[in-house]
Amino acid sequence: MQTPASFEYERATSVDGVIAALKKRGSGARVIAGGHSLMPMMKLRLAKPEYLIDINDLTELSYIREEGEEIAIGALTRHVELLNSELLAEHFPLFRDAEQVIADPVVRNRGTIGGSLCQADAAEDLSAVCSAVKAKAVIRGADGERTVSMEEFHVGPYTTAVGAGDLLIEVRLPLRAGAGSAHEKVERRAGDWAIAAASAAVWMDGGKIAEAGIALSAVGLTTIHLSRAEQLLKGKAPTDELFVEAGEIASTDCSPSADGRGPVDYKRHLAGVLTGRALRRAVSRALHQEA
Amino acid sequence: MKVSISINGENVSRDVEPRQLLVHYIRETPGLTGTHWGCDTSNCGACVVLMDGKPVKSCTILAVMSEGHEIATVESLEVDGELDPIQAGFHEQHALHCGFCTPGMMMTARALLDENPDPTDHEIRTAISGGICRCTGYKNIVAAVRWAADHQAAAKQEA
Amino acid sequence: MAVVEQNLPSPETERPIGFGRLKRKEDARFIRGQGTYLDDIRLPGMVYGAILRSPYAHARIVSIDTSKALAHPKVAAVVTAKDLETLGLAWMPTISYDTQAVLAGDKVRFQGQEVAFVIATDEYSANDALELIDVEYEPLPVVVNARKALDPDAPLIRDDKIGQRDNLASPTWEAGDEASTDAAFAEADTVVVRDIIYPRCHPAPLETCGMIADFNPQTGQLDIYNGNQAPHAHRTVYAHVAGLAEHMIRIMCNDIGGGFGNKVPVYPGYVCAIAGSIVAGVPVKWVENRTENLTSTGFARDYIMHSEICAKDGRITGLRVDVIADHGAFDSTAQPTKFPAGFFHIVCGSYDLKASHVKVKAVYTNKAPGGVAYRCSFRITEAVYLVERMVEALAVEMGVDPIDLRMNSFIAPEQFPYETTTGWTYDSGNYAKTMRVAMDIAGYEDLRREQLEKRKKGELMGIGISFFTEGVGAGPRKHMDILGLAMNDGADLRVHPSGKAVVSISAQTQGQGHETTFAQIVAEELGIPPEDIEVRYGDTDRSPYGLGTYGSRSTPVSGAAVAVVSRKVRDKARLIAATMLETRPEDLAWEKGRWYVKGDPEKGAMIEEIASRAYSGEPMPADMEGGLDAQVIYDPPNLTYPYGAYIAVVDIDPDTAQVTVRRFIAVDDCGVRINPMVVEGQIHGGLAEGIGIALMELISFDEEGNCLNSSFMDYLIPTALECPDFELGETVTPCPHHPLGAKGVGESPNVGSPPAIVNAVIDALHETHGVDHVDMPCTPARVWAAMQGHAEPPQ
Repeated sequence: MQTPASFEYERATSVDGVIAALKKRGSGARVIAGGHSLMPMMKLRLAKPEYLIDINDLTELSYIREEGEEIAIGALTRHVELLNSELLAEHFPLFRDAEQVIADPVVRNRGTIGGSLCQADAAEDLSAVCSAVKAKAVIRGADGERTVSMEEFHVGPYTTAVGAGDLLIEVRLPLRAGAGSAHEKVERRAGDWAIAAASAAVWMDGGKIAEAGIALSAVGLTTIHLSRAEQLLKGKAPTDELFVEAGEIASTDCSPSADGRGPVDYKRHLAGVLTGRALRRAVSRALHQEA
Repeated sequence: MKVSISINGENVSRDVEPRQLLVHYIRETPGLTGTHWGCDTSNCGACVVLMDGKPVKSCTILAVMSEGHEIATVESLEVDGELDPIQAGFHEQHALHCGFCTPGMMMTARALLDENPDPTDHEIRTAISGGICRCTGYKNIVAAVRWAADHQAAAKQEA
Repeated sequence: MAVVEQNLPSPETERPIGFGRLKRKEDARFIRGQGTYLDDIRLPGMVYGAILRSPYAHARIVSIDTSKALAHPKVAAVVTAKDLETLGLAWMPTISYDTQAVLAGDKVRFQGQEVAFVIATDEYSANDALELIDVEYEPLPVVVNARKALDPDAPLIRDDKIGQRDNLASPTWEAGDEASTDAAFAEADTVVVRDIIYPRCHPAPLETCGMIADFNPQTGQLDIYNGNQAPHAHRTVYAHVAGLAEHMIRIMCNDIGGGFGNKVPVYPGYVCAIAGSIVAGVPVKWVENRTENLTSTGFARDYIMHSEICAKDGRITGLRVDVIADHGAFDSTAQPTKFPAGFFHIVCGSYDLKASHVKVKAVYTNKAPGGVAYRCSFRITEAVYLVERMVEALAVEMGVDPIDLRMNSFIAPEQFPYETTTGWTYDSGNYAKTMRVAMDIAGYEDLRREQLEKRKKGELMGIGISFFTEGVGAGPRKHMDILGLAMNDGADLRVHPSGKAVVSISAQTQGQGHETTFAQIVAEELGIPPEDIEVRYGDTDRSPYGLGTYGSRSTPVSGAAVAVVSRKVRDKARLIAATMLETRPEDLAWEKGRWYVKGDPEKGAMIEEIASRAYSGEPMPADMEGGLDAQVIYDPPNLTYPYGAYIAVVDIDPDTAQVTVRRFIAVDDCGVRINPMVVEGQIHGGLAEGIGIALMELISFDEEGNCLNSSFMDYLIPTALECPDFELGETVTPCPHHPLGAKGVGESPNVGSPPAIVNAVIDALHETHGVDHVDMPCTPARVWAAMQGHAEPPQ
């Protein structure tokens, strides 16, 4: 069996302790939570951290709760909890859509939202989900806490605004009236990464789309924020033609590369189809026409 | 470093490297070789054990991360010579051929029935979708879990 | 905790003495996690091996520096080709009479090839040490495309072979008759031509390959623990390779976590472990990881096929096939030695053809060697896939229902034994009957109606047919051997004084349930309850010689051996019973478990009474030795020919091109079923593999020869969610030459299901999108490309 290279290990007892350890240990240190992205990389020796900080005991980072006009999700919240959360299902059903198709149920017992977002694999679903619902990421570092939008969060391939000495603490989802959302994914097999996936959220007002959020997985070097399509939808009544047009923008504005999952033209096609489907379901949910 | 893990209700201690995987710890320290491994990438599910009652892939967790948690392996299913309904179901429904995926499948199924005593076939298929069986085509595994659910319920009613 | 039936005596009906749905004996240890797989074994003083592999597909080795690895405190030794040369172990024979480097010395010929073997005190350190070996490579041009391997400017891969000037791996093999095939095509009214690839895939058993070699320098005894499918043949190979005395080698196969053909060959890692133990004098364990399994051990298929099929007056009449077989860098394909394309002859399928002509040539490429029969009887899977795709294409071209064309063309029941145009004699069959059972289970007419209605709504639904005939149970010694070893199997039966028995066999289970079904055969023949019969196998010191389990040969060959040896014991028991009952043997009649006097059925002797007598001091028949045992080596007179009718129903998302197998109907005729529960289990498993091959399993390479499917993240195997609730049916046409009438079934579902699924995909898309072929695996991307009219073959 493939086995990781040697490293030192510390079990964190507080967020401050993690920040301090990261500072002390520098770039060789990595935080581990569920470990389902990091451990396989370590076994394949594609990742060789010298110092591993285990944050699984920081239960204070595990929660999904309503706080004023927001839902706050702790970074250590596991996929299974996101899947089962009635609060999320009520306000942002796209989380449940996504969580039903992220990895498999056993992996979902361990993997966390923080780990998924910080791994920032372009094919990862929750990055698109959080982008679509206009989430904000709360990051703590040696200089204190800061809050960034998902656009700011995604810096590049496998790179986020969470720097070497930082820890993602929380994700905050703004609550607004008239919301509907959906996540659509095509994969080669259950449990596989997406060939392409689309997350969409809409906020309806008086029969019109007051605002929209759309993001794509697996069709670019990082999560694709479809701001041009969001602009197109703003203020318009939802129609099939409009969704098709948004899909066309998705096909154009994504930048997939060919790999074992498919060629570029197919991925562009999927980006369009899935954007259309996600928008249709998001609107229909906002209008309470489907669950 | 010194690690102490509760495995099948017994505290098992040993000095290990931090990098040792839980699956190796289970197989080597108490010598419980019923937990297998089949891949390097958390895809096959042969290594599934219960951690605090939830199925997890023990090839993707370090032994040191498991300290303070309750681990249960396939060897814990039979109690005082009495098979768990899941074990009996796998035998009755011919849900195993080579037996290599069987411990992981049974532990996953045990956790499913603990949470959902009356799952649909689709719920069973979803629950075991993190495991690969190369032999059975899954049909009889689904039947075995169904068998266990039915017999568990019947036994409960009698009790 | 619930009281479960397992702990209570089962009702009598569930415990047949003989054939029937007997629950498996071997389950008891597996459901308790008490199986003993290779990696579960730890011997005192054991050290661990790990293999350094080539990152290049083709490169000259300039230098290997092992000094840093050797300096690692936990490393005991680092072995390279140079070291093996001194032991005479640098090269080993393959099962196809080629040679393969155990460790590459001159150059590497595929990515993942073995370069150095590290021995350390633990597995983690062995893996660490691999990173400390410096190898300087000089990359060479790479050929991964079999079609380009014979180009004049293609790089020469096997420059180690004297006289080898190109990448041809074996001379062109032919079957059938060219002239009569030309005549059949000349008079045909419809001809269809297709290029069809059976892409490279991998058996990927859940337990990877490995070995523990334990050489005792004092006694010269070599103990080998190794999960392989043919322990006796392996022992003979090791005796040749390592120059050890065969009787001083003992191979012990304990429980094996699946094989599917992957555990047939001898691999370089095994030879390294043996060499390591000889050198180090301690037990050496080597277990490959998943990447090593997928990138270096026995792949399957990789047949590039060009074919033409023709029809006249509504019947299939002729078939031409021209194949390029891609063997990778070494020819280690698994088949009987005189059959370089295995049993590809079966490509004439289940049809009464006028003529056929088949050519296969094999090439070397810079890819891993293998060509094992992944749940297949030696290239039958490729042959069946081809003919069933061609028949489907022909039906589409003729505008007839694909079942009607098959029904019109089947070999009729009265034509058996039937000699095919490639020279094989099918034993028995009633194909139309089996096809009709499948149609009834499927509700074929209703499915066609549903398909029409869905098509009107823009929904894509396909119904795919496959009707296969397999030749399994290799095979008659006058025709078949592997490395000079006849493909026969032994059985040794000893009935003890108590009437309980041990039967030792040379078949090697990898999960097929031999401990149960072989006990049932003895039970059926002698009337001893199966729980009183121990089945021994897997230990070369405790089982008779034979060629093992692959090619669905356990029941056809070993099963026959056990039936014959049981009958020998029964015959002896009759003579003893006659003495006991003071009558003549010919006056006795047999009922299960008992010889009795004809005309006085109350007077008889039970098998256990006869056994007791056989070992007692009481009189025995004149000139008869005591004891009640016998042994045989069974030489099958012919292959057996199981067959089946499969129907797949698929739905395709018109926008995303995702294929869902909604239903799968499998009606198998494998002759007499010894344990129908086990037979059905085998069918389920093979169908899942067939779904995998048809939809997702693929080993592919880029232009540089990098393997793109080197872990389970990219070598996709179906989960429970991709497999439908299989619907099975059966017909029983006994094999006339097998003592039990059985034919073997293990591989039928893997052989028969891929064409059904691909035919269904094309059936869904032909009318609306003009698709007439899609190569496997039918991934969403490839199906979508076909829908757009630009399908690409897999690379």
